[in-house]
Amino acid sequence: MTKAVEVSDMKVIVFQLMNKEYAIGLDVVESIEKSLSITRVPRMPSYVKGVLNLRGVVTPVVDLRERFDMEYKEFDESSCIIIVSYADSEVGLIVDDANDVMDVPTSAIGPQPEVVGSVESEFISGVAKVDKRLLVMLNLEKVLQPIKKVNADEL
Amino acid sequence: MDTSQYLDMFIEESKEHLQACNEQLLALENNPDDLAIVNEIFRAAHTLKGMSATMGYEDIADLTHKMENVLDAIRNSKISVTTEILDVVFEASDDLELMVLDIEAGGDGKKDVSHLVDTLNRIEAGEPLDLSETAAATEEAPTEVLTSSGIHYDEFELTVISQSSDQGFNAYEITVELREDCLLKVARVFMTFEILEKSGEVIKTVPTVEKLENEDFDQKFTIVLLTHEDADELRAKVMKVSEIEDVKITHITDEYVQKYKQTEFESLEEQPQEIEKKTENPTVKAAQEKAEPKDTAPSKKSGQSSSNKTIRVNIDRLDILMNLFEELVIDRGRLQSIASELHNPELNESVERMTRVSGDLQNIILNMRMVPVETVFNRFPKMVRTLARDLNKKVNLEIIGAETELDRTVIDEIGDPLVHLIRNALDHGVESPEERIAAGKPEEGTVTLRAYHSGNHVFIELEDDGAGVNRERVLNKAIERGIVSEEIAPTLSDKQVAELILASGFSTAAAITDVSGRGVGLDVVKNTIESLGGHISIDSKEGKGSLFQVQLPLTLSIISVMLVELDQEIYAIPLSSIIETAIIQKSDILNAHNQPVIDFRGTIVPLVDLKEIFEMRDGNADEEDFQSIVIVRKGESLAGLVVDSFIGQQEIVLKSLGNYLQSVFAISGATILGNGQVALIVDCNALIK
Repeated sequence: MTKAVEVSDMKVIVFQLMNKEYAIGLDVVESIEKSLSITRVPRMPSYVKGVLNLRGVVTPVVDLRERFDMEYKEFDESSCIIIVSYADSEVGLIVDDANDVMDVPTSAIGPQPEVVGSVESEFISGVAKVDKRLLVMLNLEKVLQPIKKVNADEL
Repeated sequence: MDTSQYLDMFIEESKEHLQACNEQLLALENNPDDLAIVNEIFRAAHTLKGMSATMGYEDIADLTHKMENVLDAIRNSKISVTTEILDVVFEASDDLELMVLDIEAGGDGKKDVSHLVDTLNRIEAGEPLDLSETAAATEEAPTEVLTSSGIHYDEFELTVISQSSDQGFNAYEITVELREDCLLKVARVFMTFEILEKSGEVIKTVPTVEKLENEDFDQKFTIVLLTHEDADELRAKVMKVSEIEDVKITHITDEYVQKYKQTEFESLEEQPQEIEKKTENPTVKAAQEKAEPKDTAPSKKSGQSSSNKTIRVNIDRLDILMNLFEELVIDRGRLQSIASELHNPELNESVERMTRVSGDLQNIILNMRMVPVETVFNRFPKMVRTLARDLNKKVNLEIIGAETELDRTVIDEIGDPLVHLIRNALDHGVESPEERIAAGKPEEGTVTLRAYHSGNHVFIELEDDGAGVNRERVLNKAIERGIVSEEIAPTLSDKQVAELILASGFSTAAAITDVSGRGVGLDVVKNTIESLGGHISIDSKEGKGSLFQVQLPLTLSIISVMLVELDQEIYAIPLSSIIETAIIQKSDILNAHNQPVIDFRGTIVPLVDLKEIFEMRDGNADEEDFQSIVIVRKGESLAGLVVDSFIGQQEIVLKSLGNYLQSVFAISGATILGNGQVALIVDCNALIK
């Protein structure tokens, strides 16, 4: 996502979390799903909502709000699940709303300012300023670090 | 010739032949006088030689050729079978195996075999053998003597020949020799073909048409032709083509065909495994013979050709088929649940029918992936022989039930653990001959490898009549290693003690020997088997021997489960670990030091509240008087899982949770239910200590 040298545009999907706009590259997005029934998986960190059946594939779902320690919000009309394919596996991300797909010139992506919001900075790979919107680019590698074992403090 | 397309086949078949060689060599060792066995080995070696020469692996051809010479000498009673000779032959077959493996790995199959060749030559003791039939000899063959190619025919061709002769056609072997200075060999071949095709039908050429087109032949080639015309006429016609030195025409008579067939069938009868062979081998064998047509019919040993109704299918395709079928099973489940809600008799009927059909389909697909354990077992006799010699022990390996079938995925994984167990049995189990005699046992130890089906499982047992597990020594070691505490040690049953040797960090071998105990203990075996969804247990009587029992699931992808409900959520418990289900009264639950237990048919069984484990305590403890429990087991230990209610039994497709959730406590995977929901599969092994 941060191939800064390329002058070309980069297609991203813009979604909302707590009234802020975030973006992930379109190339990793498989699909966007409205509510699907999620099966809870026990003894997982609270941000792992469980697994869902995505056309025959058992796919884990992560609530990004909880992942970023934001205020909890029930799954509602506008909420949706962005299915991303990352490191050979598919993971669903619950977001407040997926707004649109847009082109971001790679030149517009810069390092993150000191304070962007409440999101822990390690999850952010940069920010992009397009027109008057500020898009926070997610670092999927950090967000989707495999859950190897359950840490006691997270329970 | 581009041989790469035959490479896979060559490797497969070479392995089969080498395996046959090894098996027969072992048999020969027990019956040194049985010449039938020598014949079998000879045949396997001979075929291997032909194949490798065709493929251009000269070293293999060389070595097999020498091996063949020795075998021939044995066959003709020129030398007698001794252990030394067998050792060398074994070594040769080992080297051949290495070379084949090298080819499989993409190497050129070259290996310095001169030493072995020398030894074999010495064994052969300089006996001049006139059976030089290698392909290499063919190239040197064109001499003054009139030669004709001994062509190898497959059954189909023989049938064609004999049928056409019934219809008044004559079959001729036409050997055309081009002039040394011939420039346009391909053109001459083409012209010859054109002439001959006008006169009759060409059914076979040696070398193959491809080779001829690529100019990949010497001065000579042979065409088998069916025609009404007579030999002289043909000869005159062909001689009209320029740059042709000579044309020799041999009539293939009926007697020849009969005789040829006879030798073929005899060899087939004697060696049933040869029926497996499907390919016709274009090996050229130069058999010296006279020019007169009637004097053909060299008796050729061959182990080729037969009409077997099997095909080789790439395992990937089977996997794809399996995956597609799994999708179908999920949809079947969905249809079933829809049908049960709608209560439409017609729908029910067709769903039931579909269920039956897909059940049959499932059996067939699963069976297609089944492979007899023989493919794993067959390398053990030789391994045991070698090991026993290295260890100076006398061991007899008995294999029972090698035909038992197992899923291929399981087969692939089970080899190494079994090797480990056998090594262990030979190294630590069976005593040296002196000790055995002192203990009043027969000098030769017996190790029995047994495989059989039982229910949804396959059992593989390894039994030895060796020293067994020494309780004292094992306990001391386990305490020393901190695997058990001193307090618990005396309370352990003999079986529990024996199973300690499977614990990680345990290795009883006082000294690390070359055979077993290279830092990795039997715990590796245990882990591998458990990762396959299997289970290993040990029964041992000190001084009498040990029995290692490995229990494996028949298949890994579709399993039967019991669906249970836990607070609106559905979980699946594998039927393989369930002993039974029960509904007990709350008052029957006892407490043993904060651990709720029940008295289950006389044994104290601890209760595990799944809701507590899975953190779904809803607060209001149910006030019902009865509690549903599922009794599960891991090895010998039992546990009762407390659930809300039972839903029923179902066949499900095992799915992984993906890379993201790499380890979830007490969950071994997930499955998709008929209603599209995901249900998690409970890992009972994790719940029982």
